[in-house]
Amino acid sequence: MHFKARAVAQLADAGVQSNLKKAKGKFVDKRRDAIAEFLAQGGDFEALREAGMELRNRVLADLDLWLEKFEVNATARGAKVLWARDGAEACRLIVDIAKRHGVKKATKSKSMLSEEAGLNQALEAAGIQPVETDLGEYILQINDNEPPSHIIAPVVHKSKEEIADLFARVHKKPRLTDIGEMTREAREVLRSHFLSADMGISGGNFLVAETGSVALVTNEGNGRMVTTVPKVHVVITGIEKVIPTLEDLSLLLRLLIRSATGQPISNYVSLLTGMKGEGDLDGPENMYFVLVDNGRSDLLASEFNDMLRCIRCGACMNHCPVYQTIGGHAYGWVYPGPMGSVLTPLYMGMENALDLPHAATLCNQCGVVCPVKIPLPDLLRTLREKQVEKKLRPLSERLALKAWAWVATRPALYALGTKFAVRYLNWLAGGGKSIAVLGAAPEWTAGRDFPAPQGRTFREMYARRKRS
Amino acid sequence: MRVALFVTCLVDLMRPRIGFAAIRLLEAAGCEVAVPESQTCCGQPGFNSGDRAAAMMLAKKVIAEFEAYEYVVAPSGSCADQIRNEYPGLFVADPEWHGRAVALASRVFELTDFLVNVAKSDALPSDFSGTITYHDSCTGLRSLGIKSQPRALLAKLRGVTLKEMDGAEECCGFGGTFSVKFGAVSAAIAERKCDCIRTSGADAIVGGDLGCLLNIEGKLRRMGDETPVLHVAEVLAGEGGKQQ
Ligand code: SF4
Repeated sequence: MHFKARAVAQLADAGVQSNLKKAKGKFVDKRRDAIAEFLAQGGDFEALREAGMELRNRVLADLDLWLEKFEVNATARGAKVLWARDGAEACRLIVDIAKRHGVKKATKSKSMLSEEAGLNQALEAAGIQPVETDLGEYILQINDNEPPSHIIAPVVHKSKEEIADLFARVHKKPRLTDIGEMTREAREVLRSHFLSADMGISGGNFLVAETGSVALVTNEGNGRMVTTVPKVHVVITGIEKVIPTLEDLSLLLRLLIRSATGQPISNYVSLLTGMKGEGDLDGPENMYFVLVDNGRSDLLASEFNDMLRCIRCGACMNHCPVYQTIGGHAYGWVYPGPMGSVLTPLYMGMENALDLPHAATLCNQCGVVCPVKIPLPDLLRTLREKQVEKKLRPLSERLALKAWAWVATRPALYALGTKFAVRYLNWLAGGGKSIAVLGAAPEWTAGRDFPAPQGRTFREMYARRKRS
Repeated sequence: MRVALFVTCLVDLMRPRIGFAAIRLLEAAGCEVAVPESQTCCGQPGFNSGDRAAAMMLAKKVIAEFEAYEYVVAPSGSCADQIRNEYPGLFVADPEWHGRAVALASRVFELTDFLVNVAKSDALPSDFSGTITYHDSCTGLRSLGIKSQPRALLAKLRGVTLKEMDGAEECCGFGGTFSVKFGAVSAAIAERKCDCIRTSGADAIVGGDLGCLLNIEGKLRRMGDETPVLHVAEVLAGEGGKQQ
């Protein structure tokens, strides 16, 4: 199924529609309020965005060097740094680690790269039980491994009622509807997993090169359980997540968290460096970093490299009129919204996501909220150009555009053509102000009228006025 | 001031009165207005659909037609932005045309922006009265900073009261070819915009870009709502009342 068909299905789903409406207000209002508060305290959010962009560009310009520096420093703290060319290789590496340590169960905190790589399926195939512990991801996992619909709020498309039904069914307990009680029930289920897992797998929001640390930004505390209780901790993340210093981390945290959830700071920010040291009461005995490329170096060498600045805050989708209307599942892969419409064709192949670069009004709401100033509409437009270059657009569309340009560069012909078009449209309107069904634009008139033209073209009226 | 009016293809085809309203406003502001006869379209449909060759053909045509004028004014933020901010980028590999595109770019203005910031004129021939709400079209707002200009002008009309709607800056779902490629999604976004318009309680919805206005008008009519949908030039020139 393509984007368009999925989008129409999401529009018809009353539940999804009402959940999306609620979510929209929350995300947008909270970010706005957080930035207003930041300004009131004398901060300059635009300057911060500019600095965030510069910082990310600086890292990407020497990505290999920063990664090496990270590897040296993480290794010096006893961690092992492994490199994966793609998702499949990342899965192999992690399954190998699990086997080496005799792992039967792995608790997980949120990681989009794990979704990219299909890590849960790989672990299951190897006889290792993955347990998602982020509440949203947990809900999806117990609902037959449903895919997330948002990068930071994976179950934003679900209502409390649906989750109450799911919990009652899967937990086999009386149905609860109080959010606090529901969360407590999930916690109880998860607690035994936290204590019995032999391995913890986390994502990584940032990798700090100067210290060899991983920074985790979470709100639920599950990340701490995953990364400190089991004897093995594996971090899986993308190679673009590296940043030079702790100073840089503080800049990006200020940007990321306000943009994502509208909090000045998340409930937890964990900075994990090396394993359990002598005298430490907890912490893993083994720490691994699996740093995944999966298309990122190709992206770095392309005209789309701005996209690698992305810090996965979700603001672009929260503010996107299209995402707000259809939610994340319509986009078809791991990443939804504007950033997904750019990343999916680049990572999965342009011919496999033909609709996505066009699934945007180019309103640039995403571009103005992006904390690292990624020009998302420009990237979408460049993808459209690539499709045209590679002749991936339907012939009818290519011809229509050529014909339009051909006629529009011939003023006499254009004047004649528009003169007739206006009369034809008015004839269709039958003297009324609107056309209810327009054969030339069925997609338009399926959901709205097509206003009738005024009567004559401006050109005709102006010529007449000048004569008189 | 010698000003050339870029009528825009949509105004030419669908709402000539907006073009005449623009002329009236510019003349009232003391400008000498020319309307180059051979003008057609700024090339956005091709540009936004990835057909760079088509966009360049039309860009060259527009540059050649308009570069001799002191200023170019369009009753549309998105067309003005196309010429002002996108044309130079089309010709990065062609120094001659790049130079001509750049030389034209800074002299191209959206109508209300021009009236407020260049012509600095107080002369508005309008007798329009009523309560209106204003839709900020995306490109004008986010690429040209068109926000206070139309409001400043509307505030000068004694009979006009502005009632801001919720989400005035949110996209109406038009998006050019998006509206015919993803009609259902586009119409659903338009419906949200129309709900905000209706909740505002205004007697008319006013905006500065005809594409968005046609989208909004089409959706309102389909919802059975007859609220007048007007271009800001019609309101400021006093031709808004005549059309309905
Ligand atoms: S593209 Fe920008 S706004 Fe979107 S998720 Fe990435 S950083 Fe956030």
